[in-house]
Amino acid sequence: MQNSSFAKRILGQDRNILQLLVITVLVFALMSYLNPDKFLRYYNFESITYIMPELGILAIAMMIAMLTGGIDLSVVGIANLAGILAGVFFHSVIVGTSQSTGMVLLYTGIGVLMALAIGLLAGVLNGFLISKLRITPILATLGTGQIFTGLAVVLTGGPAIVGFPDAWNFIGNGKILGIATPFILFVIVAGAVAVLLTRTTLGVNLMLIGTNPRAAIFAGLRKDRMIFYSYMMTGLLAAIAGIILSGRTNAAKSDYGASYLLQAILIAVLGGTNPAGGKGRVLGVSIALIALMLLSSGFQILRFSNHLIDFIWGGFLLLVIALNAFRNSDR
Amino acid sequence: MSEHLLELKNIGKRFGGLVALDAVSLAIKPGEIHCLAGENGSGKSTIIKIMAGVYQPSDGEILIDGKPVSGMTPAQSVQHGIQVIYQDFSLFGNLTVAENLALNTLLLEGKRTVNWRRVRELAEKALARLGVTMDLDADVETLPTSGKQIVAIARAVMADARLIIMDEPTTALTRHEVDALFRIVRDIQAQGIAVLFVSHKMREMLEISERLTVLRNGKKVAEGPIGDFDEPAITRAMTGHDLTDQVYRWQPTKGDTLPRLDVRNLSIAGSLDDINLTLHAGEIVGLSGLIGSGRTELALALFGMHPKFTGTVKVDGTGVHPRTVQEAIASGLAYVPEDRLTEGLFLTQSIERNMLATSIDNFVRGLFIDRSKTAKATTSMFGAMQIAAPGPYTPVNHLSGGNQQRVVLARWLLTGARVLILNGPTVGVDVGSKAQIHRKIRELATQDGLAVLMISDDVPELVQNCNRVIIMHRGRFVDEIGPDVLDEDTLNDRLKALK
Amino acid sequence: MTLFRRSEFIIACILFAAMIIIGLINPAFWSLDNLFGLLRSNVIIGIMALGVLVVMISGGIDVSFTAFAAAAMYLTIKLMIYIGYEGVFLPFVAATLIGLFLGAFNAFFIHTFRMIPLIVTLGTGSVVRGLLLGLVGTSVINIDKMPQQLIAFAKTDLVSLTSATGTNFGLTAMILIYLGLALATHLFLRHTMAGRSIFALGGAPEAASRVGFNTRRTLFFVYCFAGALAGFAGLLHGSMIWLANPRDFAGLELDVIAAVVLGGASIFGGRGSVIGTLLGVFMLVMVKNSLIIMKVDTTWQRVVVGLIIIVATALTAWRDRKKLV
Repeated sequence: MQNSSFAKRILGQDRNILQLLVITVLVFALMSYLNPDKFLRYYNFESITYIMPELGILAIAMMIAMLTGGIDLSVVGIANLAGILAGVFFHSVIVGTSQSTGMVLLYTGIGVLMALAIGLLAGVLNGFLISKLRITPILATLGTGQIFTGLAVVLTGGPAIVGFPDAWNFIGNGKILGIATPFILFVIVAGAVAVLLTRTTLGVNLMLIGTNPRAAIFAGLRKDRMIFYSYMMTGLLAAIAGIILSGRTNAAKSDYGASYLLQAILIAVLGGTNPAGGKGRVLGVSIALIALMLLSSGFQILRFSNHLIDFIWGGFLLLVIALNAFRNSDR
Repeated sequence: MSEHLLELKNIGKRFGGLVALDAVSLAIKPGEIHCLAGENGSGKSTIIKIMAGVYQPSDGEILIDGKPVSGMTPAQSVQHGIQVIYQDFSLFGNLTVAENLALNTLLLEGKRTVNWRRVRELAEKALARLGVTMDLDADVETLPTSGKQIVAIARAVMADARLIIMDEPTTALTRHEVDALFRIVRDIQAQGIAVLFVSHKMREMLEISERLTVLRNGKKVAEGPIGDFDEPAITRAMTGHDLTDQVYRWQPTKGDTLPRLDVRNLSIAGSLDDINLTLHAGEIVGLSGLIGSGRTELALALFGMHPKFTGTVKVDGTGVHPRTVQEAIASGLAYVPEDRLTEGLFLTQSIERNMLATSIDNFVRGLFIDRSKTAKATTSMFGAMQIAAPGPYTPVNHLSGGNQQRVVLARWLLTGARVLILNGPTVGVDVGSKAQIHRKIRELATQDGLAVLMISDDVPELVQNCNRVIIMHRGRFVDEIGPDVLDEDTLNDRLKALK
Repeated sequence: MTLFRRSEFIIACILFAAMIIIGLINPAFWSLDNLFGLLRSNVIIGIMALGVLVVMISGGIDVSFTAFAAAAMYLTIKLMIYIGYEGVFLPFVAATLIGLFLGAFNAFFIHTFRMIPLIVTLGTGSVVRGLLLGLVGTSVINIDKMPQQLIAFAKTDLVSLTSATGTNFGLTAMILIYLGLALATHLFLRHTMAGRSIFALGGAPEAASRVGFNTRRTLFFVYCFAGALAGFAGLLHGSMIWLANPRDFAGLELDVIAAVVLGGASIFGGRGSVIGTLLGVFMLVMVKNSLIIMKVDTTWQRVVVGLIIIVATALTAWRDRKKLV
């Protein structure tokens, strides 16, 4: 009794989570069947826990933007800019290997703060354009995405920045108690966002605004301010993803992770987020993320090229659209 | 040739288990002005959609010129000369008047190219048939409502209409514009075109129509020449009961208590002119007038949505100048908007979230929402408002109109509102729920001491619930009917007197 | 509407002012060499922009057309090399048809599943590009292998001049193709019922089907048109730069959308004109290309494009907000 009501709470009223779990299990079974030796190895799952977090955090960011019926096409630009800004900072302060570990740690800390600050700032710009100037989110973030990527190009002049401090790389590459640091970060971020969305007024307000922006005004909700906050959150999360990405690869480049934009949207939509607003859950996005990571790692083991994996992701997005439409017409 | 242009015989329409229409028959003669009356939810819009070919009837028969027609599509309905003018007019705001007028004809002729000279000629001809002139090159979205309506009618006439169905055509018109509309309607009648007026406004039905059909809860309850009806008879048919004489009269408390709401010299350039209004605790004051009279603007100004007003507003003696909705709410003002579905509710969200939308900040402990407190508040409101629903997590789109309105009222009770502004509180609510909502509003006034400003077009509603009614016109208070003389005839006469 | 209140007029004024400013910073802007170069740079973006304009008028958006352009170009040229075909007309027909066919996919998904166009076209774009690079190949076809007749065709100049330094330059005849397509699009949008149905669909979708427009056909037409133009532009691009790189056009969709928005089209549908789009394309290309002659480092290009999008949309948002009050 207790159990079933708990399960009900977790699954929520929508059957979307259930559908997602089924898809995930199917993908898992298919990949295990096609390639039992390599797919089922511990190493494979461990490597997924390293690759997954940056994308997962971007997808959660995308979901937050979609809650109010918006979208954030600038997340990848923000992520890269954050990594590059920190990289440029490290290059200017850490010269050679003569510095003490303490100083390097301090610089790394400053680098993290700078990256987060630029993410927040980027989010402020998006939030300002969307909630104050009332530019459509698609166009506003399309434009700011160009600006952020452009600034990243200006900072680097084109090529990748390599050679981050070890402490920075630990964020993307290290292990704590045998678990990948980025994965731990992802769990923390996902948990925090989930609590924020379900247990705070900001979260409830975002859902209500996304459901009916006009009614939100008449109900006295601070619509503009809430939307503004949501894009700040998006920017901050994108910066965290940028830190993880550059830490994992020990490099930052203006056109890294270009395909992440589509993937983040795909995971958000697959995870049950309504792009028109009002509906979205961290749990759904997380399961969708796992399903797609299993799918792409399986295809990688099968020696599919990255391009073909792009194709599969796109195809999956279209399939999900069709599936959702079918399910909705069912009712 | 049949006597009837269009005849519906025992039409039934079910949506799943819901019966929207039950054996309704309706016959329209060529060139007659027929009125289809009924409250919201009586099946009026379903029957319109059946005539337009949008819905297929579940039972019954449609005859056009005496010949049975089955499986009629929207295109076939148009070919039979049936044109529907919906409330939103279905015009293209981004296109010019001329093009809006000519499109139908061009489509009907199966034209592939557009000859713009011909578009103008067609448009001029269309307007000439109605005897009106307007700027053909103006974008339709720049026109006032009455202008859009004329374009919609002219377009329908152009499409070789034999029957024009008008859905609530007078809702947004001033009396003057209604007169102009009626002239046009008689004019097109003279050209042999039948008109079906779909309305719930008795006065207009009596004035314009020749025959009347009344629907209630999906059934036809009355039919006949207009001469057989008077206002009470129509009301009785529409609502199913005689008007209750149970009316609410506020007894002024002795002594000079501070008024709940005191408005002095409130003006907004272009829409409100020197409004003075005093509301006491326990009082329900009606505010009527045509749409566009400034009544909604007044409500919005008090609710912080027109921050640029001049004048003073006091709530319980404290001066307020609401520049934002949040300020208005904090001062104890609450506003229940006109259009519940688009302005009042978050349809796919739960009852709980809808109720707590405005007051959620009061349920926060530390950083987080206190779920036990919200559950308690929701449960108590559930009981207090007598909401019929499986539970607080049911999405509000599963509720009836009456229950939905109670959810909105509950939202404002939770904010501790002292002045309640209701705009069309029972529009789209079925008769049974309507009485309950009225009772609840009166309770809020008498027991909870709220001051209520009730904006409404519904004359019986105003007479039953308000202890005085103010009539607005062109941004001013032009008339006030006190408790001693307030009855339906007086109110109707005063409303009619508006020019 | 008077001339002065038309948004095209305002865009033209801004464009003119920008030209004067750039000319003051560096008079070389006004050299025929530079102007001819600018016009040449207009062709590909411009043809694609015509397709995006039509999609936007219908109330949609398309971000997949650049993938379609790359696919149409690469597939057509590969096939030409494979069968050893030399010619101009048929390859362009083929590229156009490939684009059209891919566009039909967009329309199918948007219409059948009622999904927002941005997400559908993100998906189809990714599918097409993934298949192209993953299955067909990633290698660039360079000038040695390129069909020579295509190159010869794209080399056609309207005017050929020799500069003071002795280099030859000319005005490409491809500009005529662009302007011809623009004229055809204008006539189509303005003078055919199918064209008006696009405005009707973008202005009031429900009303469009009520008055009897076949909205499904319109939707298919719109996305097929955008795909077909992209396919055509793709092959023309390959012919003009003597290369076929399947990775080309990545990210160009943003420039094209920016140009169309700059030209006064509304992302909400129902508004937009070919003349505005021509001006918008010219403005975008001019600003991007003039960075060099204004001595601004080219790494700033993307920032500038971003700023242009923001400014243009902020202005439209501001204009539309005034209308709402």
